[in-house]
Amino acid sequence: MIAEADDTLTIFERSKAGRRAFVAPALDVPPRSLDELLPAELRRSEPAWLPEVSEPEIVRHYNRLSKRNFDLDTGFYPLGSCTMKHNPKLHERIAGLPGHARMHPLQDPTRAQGALELMWRLQEALGEIAGLPYVSLQPSAGSQGELAGVLLTRAYHEDRGERRTKVLTPDTAHGTNPATVTMGGYEMVKVQSDANGNVDLDDLRAKADEDVACLMLTNPSTLGLFETGIEAIERIVHGVGATLYYDGANLNAIMGISRPGDMGFDIVHFNLHKSFTQPHGGGGPGAGPVAVAERIEPYLPRPQVVRGELGSNGSEPFYDLDYDRPKSIGRLRGFQGNYGVFVRSYAYIRSLGAPGLRDASETAVLNANYLLARLRQHGVAEYLPAAYDRLCMHEFVLSGEPMRHQLHVKTLDLAKRLLDHGVHPPTVYFPLIVEEALMVEPTETETKETLDRFAEIVAKILREARDDPSVAQNAPYTTPVRRLDEAGAARHPVVRQSKAPPPGAADHSINNGPVPAA
Amino acid sequence: MADPSYPDDLKYHPEHDWARIDGDTATFGITWYAQDALGEVVFFDAPAVGASVSKDQAYTEVESVKAVSDVIAPLSGEVTAVNDALADSPETINDDPYGEGWLVRVKLSDPSEADLLMDSSEYEATLE
Amino acid sequence: MTRYTSATDADREEMLAAIGVAAVEELFEDIPESLRLNRQLSLGDGRSELEVFEEFRALAARNTSAEDEIGFLGAGMYDHYVPALIDSIIGRSEFLTPYTPYQPEISQGGLQAMFEYQTAISELTGLPVSNASVYEGPSAVAAAGYVAKHTNNRRRFVISRGVHPHSRETLRTHAHAWGMEVAEAPLNGGVTELPDLGEDASAVIVQQPNFLGAVEDLTAVANAARTAGALTIAACDPLPLALLKTPGECGVDIAVGEGQSLGNRLDFGGPSFGFFAATEALMRRMPGRIAGETTDVDGKRGFVLTLQTREQHIRREKATSNICTAQALNALAGVIYLSWLGREGIVELAELMLQRTAYARERLTQIAGVTPLHERPVVREFAVEIGAPVGAVIARCREQGVNPGYPLWREYPEHPDGLLVAITERRSRADIDRLADVLAAAVVAEREAVGIQA
Repeated sequence: MIAEADDTLTIFERSKAGRRAFVAPALDVPPRSLDELLPAELRRSEPAWLPEVSEPEIVRHYNRLSKRNFDLDTGFYPLGSCTMKHNPKLHERIAGLPGHARMHPLQDPTRAQGALELMWRLQEALGEIAGLPYVSLQPSAGSQGELAGVLLTRAYHEDRGERRTKVLTPDTAHGTNPATVTMGGYEMVKVQSDANGNVDLDDLRAKADEDVACLMLTNPSTLGLFETGIEAIERIVHGVGATLYYDGANLNAIMGISRPGDMGFDIVHFNLHKSFTQPHGGGGPGAGPVAVAERIEPYLPRPQVVRGELGSNGSEPFYDLDYDRPKSIGRLRGFQGNYGVFVRSYAYIRSLGAPGLRDASETAVLNANYLLARLRQHGVAEYLPAAYDRLCMHEFVLSGEPMRHQLHVKTLDLAKRLLDHGVHPPTVYFPLIVEEALMVEPTETETKETLDRFAEIVAKILREARDDPSVAQNAPYTTPVRRLDEAGAARHPVVRQSKAPPPGAADHSINNGPVPAA
Repeated sequence: MADPSYPDDLKYHPEHDWARIDGDTATFGITWYAQDALGEVVFFDAPAVGASVSKDQAYTEVESVKAVSDVIAPLSGEVTAVNDALADSPETINDDPYGEGWLVRVKLSDPSEADLLMDSSEYEATLE
Repeated sequence: MTRYTSATDADREEMLAAIGVAAVEELFEDIPESLRLNRQLSLGDGRSELEVFEEFRALAARNTSAEDEIGFLGAGMYDHYVPALIDSIIGRSEFLTPYTPYQPEISQGGLQAMFEYQTAISELTGLPVSNASVYEGPSAVAAAGYVAKHTNNRRRFVISRGVHPHSRETLRTHAHAWGMEVAEAPLNGGVTELPDLGEDASAVIVQQPNFLGAVEDLTAVANAARTAGALTIAACDPLPLALLKTPGECGVDIAVGEGQSLGNRLDFGGPSFGFFAATEALMRRMPGRIAGETTDVDGKRGFVLTLQTREQHIRREKATSNICTAQALNALAGVIYLSWLGREGIVELAELMLQRTAYARERLTQIAGVTPLHERPVVREFAVEIGAPVGAVIARCREQGVNPGYPLWREYPEHPDGLLVAITERRSRADIDRLADVLAAAVVAEREAVGIQA
C-alpha cells in the first residue's frame, strides 16, 4: 500500500468545527440552571479541545493508522523475553460475553460467583504450574508483580524484626529490576555471571550476607540458559535467611517440566501476557500474578479470592473476597486486578490442559534450538555466533560483535534491515553482558517453515552486507517511516498536538512547533 | 568527538569527570569515556549559580537517549557560572567534551583536594 | 501437537537431526533430575474450543452483570455505553497483537495513537504533559506520590479522606517501602479540610469529584500546598472534567485518574487504564511511556517513544517508575471514545449526567428518612444516608431488579447507613424513578422492621 502524505495527520488535524459522532440522549428530567447545580467558579473556562469528526472519519483514521503497525497475527515476532506466541481468537469471544465484560467490580460476591470461581480456579492452576500454592492475581503487569515480590519480602523480614537493605540481581537481569528494587526501598547489588552464562556462585557467596533481603532470578536466565547451579544458589540464599524470587518472564521454557517452587523459590511472578497468551495490545494490558510459599502467604495483597465449603444453599462451595488479612502488604491497585486478562489466560490453560502446556514448552525449546542450529550454518555463525556454546532453552542470544567488526554492520542495522523483509527483529542490545546482543525467542506457535525462512533472511542480509554494508546501515526503506531522530525527540520533546483554532475559524493555521522548554 | 582523548593539562576523577584548575577556580566537565558511554546527550540539568558542590558527590545530571547519569564533582566549591549554551545544544558535550562542552565553573573551597585527582595517564589506565 | 502448535512427527525428526540430538528430552538435560516434575500437572486434559466456550459461558451465566439489573453502582468504575466502533477498531490484529513499540518504524500506528491520546488527556486536565497511560487509578496516585518524593525529598504525604479508599490503601502500601508517612486529612461537610501542612509535606492528594461525589475546591488546596512547599496531586474522574475547572487552571501539579469511563468495559475491575498528566517542570520525571513527535531521515513526520531514560541507569537508581507493559490498548479505546464524544459531545454528556444526578438526589432525599450525606455540588454521583439498615434495604431492592448503589459502611464506618449512587447516560429518568420507588418501599419496610415510625 502506498503511504499517502496525509496518513500522518492526527485526528485533531482532521477535525472540522461542527462535525460529531455522538448524540447525547434527550434530556428527560426537568432542567435546572447550570449555575445552580455547578457555580461558575467551579466550572472550566473553555471546553476541552477534542476532535470534531463523524464516525466514518474515526473508523477510517484508526484503520489507516493500524496499517502502519506490524503485528503478531501478520508476521514472525521473535522478540526475546517477550514470548510472542499466538493469541487464540476464542479468547476474545469469551471475554466479550456480557456476563464477564459488563460485571461491576463491586457487585456483591453472591452475584459474582462465576467471576470469583474463575479467579479461584486460575489461582489454583497457576499455583500448580509454579509449585507454590498461595496465589494473588492482583498485580497489573510483570513489573508490578516484581514490586509485589519485593514488598512481600520486606513484610516478611519486618515481621521477623529484621531490617535488611539490599537485593541481589544478576547482571543479566531485565531492565525493570533496578527500578523495582528502588521502588521497593532497597539498594540493588549486581551478581556476576560466569563464562558459561550462569550465576557465578563464588561471587554470589561473597555478596550474600545477612543484609541481603532477596535474590531476584529468572530461570532459564535472560541468556536462555538453565541455571544449572540453582540448587546451590538456593542453599546460599536461604542460608543467609534471604528470600528467593523468580521472575516468570521465561516460564515458557519449563511448564510441566520443572517448577520454580520445587527449585526452592519463595515467590514467583507470572506474566499472563507472555506464556498465557494475553494479547500484548501494543504495550498492555497484561497481568502479573504472584505465587508464594507458605511462609510468605500472610503478607499477600488484600483482598484474596477464597473458597469456603458451605454455600448459601448449603451444598455448593462459595467463592468470596477475603479482606481480613492483618499482615497483608495492602493493595497494589484498585479492585481485584485485570479480570479480562484472567478470563483469557484461564481459557488458554483449560484449552491446553496439562499435556498441552508441556507440549508448548517442549515445542518452544525445540523451535529455539532448531533455529539456533540453522543460524550456526556457514555464512551466519562467523558473524553472528551464539554467545554461549550450549544448548539453549526457549530463547538464545547471538553476538553481533564479529559482524560489526568485520562488516561494519551493527546489530541495530541488522534489525532495521529485517524490517524490510517483513519480520519483526529479535530483541537488541539486551542482555547487557553480551556485546551487540541479539536475543531470539521464536515460541512454539511458529512453523518449521517460518524458522527456515528467518534463517535464510539473516543469511541473505549478511551476504548483502559483505557486498555493501551501507544497505543495512541505512535501512529500513520499505516501512511507513525510515530511521527516526530519537535524540531530537528527547532534546526538545513534543508530546502533544499544539493547539490551533479549528478549521473554519477565522485565523486557521496549524502550528506544530515544539512545546516551550521549562 | 570521534576518537578517545584525555588532555594532559586536566585532572581526572575516577567517575569520569575532569577539572581544569586555574588557581582557586576550576572548570568541570565529563570525559570522552563518559560521553561515549552515554551516547548522544539530549539534556543537561544545570545547577543554579551559587549552589555548592562537594567532592565525590553528584551535583547534576546528564541525560542521553539511552540513560540518565549523575555527574560527580571532582572538587568542592561554589558554582560561579553554568554553560547556558548547552540548553539549546546539549550534544556539544559529545562533540567537544573538554572545550565548548564544559559544564560549570566553580570557585574552589579547598584547592588542595586537587592532589587527590589523577593525571591523564593514570585515568587512562583505569579504563583498561 | 495442539491446535496452536504445528510440529508434526516429520518436522520433529528433521529438527532434532539438525540440532544433533536424538530426542526432545535431551534438550532439557541441563535441568537436574531432582528438579524434574515426573508427573503430569494436575490440570486435566486439553479441551476443544467448543468445550472451553461452553465452560466459560456457564461461568458468565453465574454473574449478575449490568445487563441483568438496573444498576447504580459506581465508586470508581461506571456502566457507560461503549460504542461499537471501539470494539471493531481495538479488535484489529494490528492494534491487538503487537508488542510495545521498540521498533518505531513499524509501530507508527500505535505511536501516533499514543500521541493523540496524550493530547486528549492534556486537554481534559489542562496540564501540558501527559504520558501514554499507567495501569489504573489507584496505582496512578502512588506513581504520582513517587514523583513528588523525588522532586522534594520530603517525608510525608497528606491525603484526603475523600480520595478513593483503594487509592489511599495503595499509596500506603507503596509509601511504607519508601519510608514515608501518610497522614489523612478529614472531610468536613463532604469536602476536604486540610490541616496545617507543616514543612515536611511532600504532596497533598485530593480527589475530584471526591469519593462521596462532592466537587472540591482544588484551587484552595493547591494554594495551601504551594505555600507549604508541597506538590498538589488531584485524582480526577475524567468525564466530569468536561465541565469542571481543570486541575491545570487550579494550579495542580499532577492530575491522575481512572480511565475506565472512557470507552472501556467494566470487566469486573480491569483491565482499564490510568491517566497521568503534569506541569512542564515535571516532564522529565514522569513515569511510564511517552510518545514524542519527530522526523525521519527523509524529513517525514513520525513518532517515537521518548524520555525513556529514567528506567535504565548508568550509575544511580533514580527510577521514576518501573512500568514496562502498561495499558496501551485500553488507552487507545480511551482516545477513540474521546474522539467519538468530541468537543461538544463530551460537554453534552456531562451536562446530561449533571441534570439526572441532581434529579436523582432530589427524588431520593424526598423519601422519609433519607437525607443527603452532604450538600456540595455533585456531577455524576452522590451519597445519601438512608436512615435504615443498609444491607437489608439493598437486598430488598435487588429482589426488585434494582441495585441501588454502593454501601459506605466498610470504608466509611462514620456513615453506617451511607449509600453511594452513580448515574451514567444509561440510567434514564424511568430508571431513576424506579430506583426511587423501589428504594422508598425498601426503606419504609426496614424502618418498620426496626421499629422506626414512618
